Amino acid sequence: MGVRVSVKLKVNGISHELDVEEDAPLLWVIRDEIGLKGTKFGCGIARCGACTVHVDGKPMRSCQIPAGSVQNTEIRTIEGLSAHGYTRIQQAWIDHQVPQCGYCQSGMIMAVTALLESNPAPTDDDLSTAITNICRCGTFPRIRAAIRALAQG
Amino acid sequence: MPSRRVIILGGLGAAGSLVVGYAVWPSDRLARADKLAAKPGERFVNNWIKIATDGRITIVVPHCDMGTGIYTALPQMAAEELDADWSTVHVEAAPSDPLFANGPVAEQFVLSQRHMTRERIPAFLRGTIDNSFRAVAAFMDLQTTGGSSAVRGTGVYGMRLAGAAAREMLIKAAAVRWNVPSDECSTRSNRVLHASSARSFGYGELAAEAAMYSPPSNPKVKSRRDYTLVGTSVPRIDIPNKVNGTTHYGIDVVVPGMAYAAIKISPVFGGTLVSVDDSAVRHKRGIIKTVRLDDAVVVIADRFWRARDAADLLKPIFDDKGNGRVTTASMSEQRKIALYGDLKSDCKTGFGADAAQQPGRRSFEAIYQVPYLAHAPMEPVNATALYKNGTLEVWAGAQDGLGARAYCAKTANLPMEKVTFHLQPIGGAFGRSLPGQWNYLAHAVKTAMALPEIPIKLIYTREQDLQHDYYRPNVLSRMRAALDSKGVPFAWSHDYTTDNNASTLAYIPYDIPNQEYRTAQIKTHIPTGAWRSVEASWHGFFVESFIDELAHQAQADPVAYRLALLAKHPRHCEVVKTAARLANWGTPLPPRLGRGIAVFECFDSIVAHVAEVEVSSQGTLAVHRVVSAIDCGMAVHPDGVRAQIEGGVVFGLSAALFGAITIEQGAIAQSNFPEYDMVRLAQCPEIEVHIVESGAVPGGAGEPGVPPLAAALTNAVFAATGMRIRQLPLAGQSLLPAPEPLPLRRGVAVSEP
Repeated sequence: MGVRVSVKLKVNGISHELDVEEDAPLLWVIRDEIGLKGTKFGCGIARCGACTVHVDGKPMRSCQIPAGSVQNTEIRTIEGLSAHGYTRIQQAWIDHQVPQCGYCQSGMIMAVTALLESNPAPTDDDLSTAITNICRCGTFPRIRAAIRALAQG
Repeated sequence: MPSRRVIILGGLGAAGSLVVGYAVWPSDRLARADKLAAKPGERFVNNWIKIATDGRITIVVPHCDMGTGIYTALPQMAAEELDADWSTVHVEAAPSDPLFANGPVAEQFVLSQRHMTRERIPAFLRGTIDNSFRAVAAFMDLQTTGGSSAVRGTGVYGMRLAGAAAREMLIKAAAVRWNVPSDECSTRSNRVLHASSARSFGYGELAAEAAMYSPPSNPKVKSRRDYTLVGTSVPRIDIPNKVNGTTHYGIDVVVPGMAYAAIKISPVFGGTLVSVDDSAVRHKRGIIKTVRLDDAVVVIADRFWRARDAADLLKPIFDDKGNGRVTTASMSEQRKIALYGDLKSDCKTGFGADAAQQPGRRSFEAIYQVPYLAHAPMEPVNATALYKNGTLEVWAGAQDGLGARAYCAKTANLPMEKVTFHLQPIGGAFGRSLPGQWNYLAHAVKTAMALPEIPIKLIYTREQDLQHDYYRPNVLSRMRAALDSKGVPFAWSHDYTTDNNASTLAYIPYDIPNQEYRTAQIKTHIPTGAWRSVEASWHGFFVESFIDELAHQAQADPVAYRLALLAKHPRHCEVVKTAARLANWGTPLPPRLGRGIAVFECFDSIVAHVAEVEVSSQGTLAVHRVVSAIDCGMAVHPDGVRAQIEGGVVFGLSAALFGAITIEQGAIAQSNFPEYDMVRLAQCPEIEVHIVESGAVPGGAGEPGVPPLAAALTNAVFAATGMRIRQLPLAGQSLLPAPEPLPLRRGVAVSEP
């Protein structure tokens, strides 16, 4: 019996033909079907941002996205972002020694990357509106410092 | 060649007697350690240090990584004494095996604590103690990461000595090869040098021979002025993998052939499963099995979301064991009655505030309350377990890998040697996965035993994680003071409810001649546990709110009032003065802005915060700035200390602004982040942390930032508005009459939940 293919996803430039339900959550498909573990499960209701990925460049919380709804899009995860070494945002995260436990940081970096791609010099107000991810360790002061440094080039 | 070697930790001078029964390390133990955790070319020179023939040094850390930076700070302490080249130093988690326990170190550390007696075991360790005997022996199998103890315990009593001992063994090996006295040799950057003959050996060349010698029982450690590595903020070793998604936590474990499980636990704590009809899910895609546990139903499937969706559809019937009508209100009533009932005296010096009520003297009283709180680490608790041929293998995060292994063995009724525990980094813990708080391990092990031969990863959903935690207790406190005509307190009484024991963290540093502490024991069905800073999280709020109220009664400046009562505590004074100075204490602020201060000592560190807040005319609170000063004796990794205090401020602020776990129908009313919310970037104040170097022994950093935060905040609200907040959290309380509060920038509308 051949593999049943019901969902086609393009993740980090690679096409995947997957035998999953159309309403399977994108988060779990990325993690457990495709095997990219950098995207994290935090709340399951799109409130914490740990599962943030890019869908056609826009930051989306993958735990609430049905996999079937993002076929024919370009999906990017933290692994795709890191394919050619550290981006300048990841390097800023290292320079400012941002992470503590690190669990939320994939989603945080994806959210900040999307913001800076559309708004390279965000104000503090822009940040407050755009970056609503939870970091339970409380790394926000360093996140803000890293972004301020990036905004100044 | 010695056939038995003295364990390096056994040679701690006066501490030798503490490690009886553990003082000798048969030489086969090193061989066992090599077998368990050495890679080709590596040799253990003692229990925490491996040196490879190519000179690569690995520090084996007997703690889990939960983000506090100890995977850098502990290797720094060992490498300093070893005169290691930092660029060759690597770090690994110790296997969950007694060989790598920090038991003797923990004992030495625990017994060195002030106020420490066997009846006064710190709360973060209580789950590990044999309750009937409170046996010190219970510390033997310990790899606990908690109580801000890694640097001040394992580091000070273990890593430094392990590094110094390894260095002396390497010198001895070189001296024998050269046939020169050891004291003609020195070390620098991974080499033993013999200056007069200009010869040297690399550590890698000497490791195998060095490992043959008995570790010195009393190795010479450096004095602080000779440190070149400790006290510097080297880049944290764990960070690069945390910015590219390659750090793998328990939830990321992959075991070939693995299935997934979702759980639905009795919503009322202590409840038992009566029945569950799984006919509606049995034939859904991927469903493998429904498992009935005593307190829960578990669905096993080929994928997690299928297991979770199926578990959501089940309507199990639980017996609530009579607790189904308990509410927060009924429990508060119970606490109130207890607090005014028979109290147990804990400690008394002179007389209490009651006896001090004499003519010409004023008394003052206030009631405070803090709510239950959940840990809510970002990684929901989870564990992967495989039961096969009478053996058990478990992959999970836990704040004590060795204890977790023993717990899994006990749960499965297997001997320890039949159980392997693979400790994983934790995506935040804050006390959640300490000993005694391992429901997720029990559920994973029992699930695995119900379906042998298949590895099963059990993940609590956020809802299950939040509703089946071990909560920071809800505590009610009654503070009383008697003041002389100048407003100076001469008697202080503190009565408070407790789910556990009296706590030394209630004791104040303020110089008040008469003090009395009493407790009202509370018994509830709500499981409680250690939450970042444990008892200090409530006593910090009570004590530092009340002293602020007394300052107001005395019409005194809150900083000056504290300093006058802290004259015998110069370290406290310095911390208070530093925070106040850097926060521009005393300079005028615009209307509706206020500053508040609080200071608290715990885990051998003293922290003061000054919070600066603004309360708008609409009653909306914004926290603009928090200036912190910490005296942690010596900062092994100053930037790591700053990071922990920043994190402590945010953690404390989340709790003070939003944190409330409430009980309805015997169960937790909150289910996910909308109802149990926390500070995000928008509400995060500017935070400045200043380290005061007092030269004392290193203190903790992970927890001490939390306790003074709430009081600094509410004291600032008082300064801004004249309104005294005595109950946390602030959310839901009106600071001013305001029909429609508008959130400020970086603000939080306190009238909204």
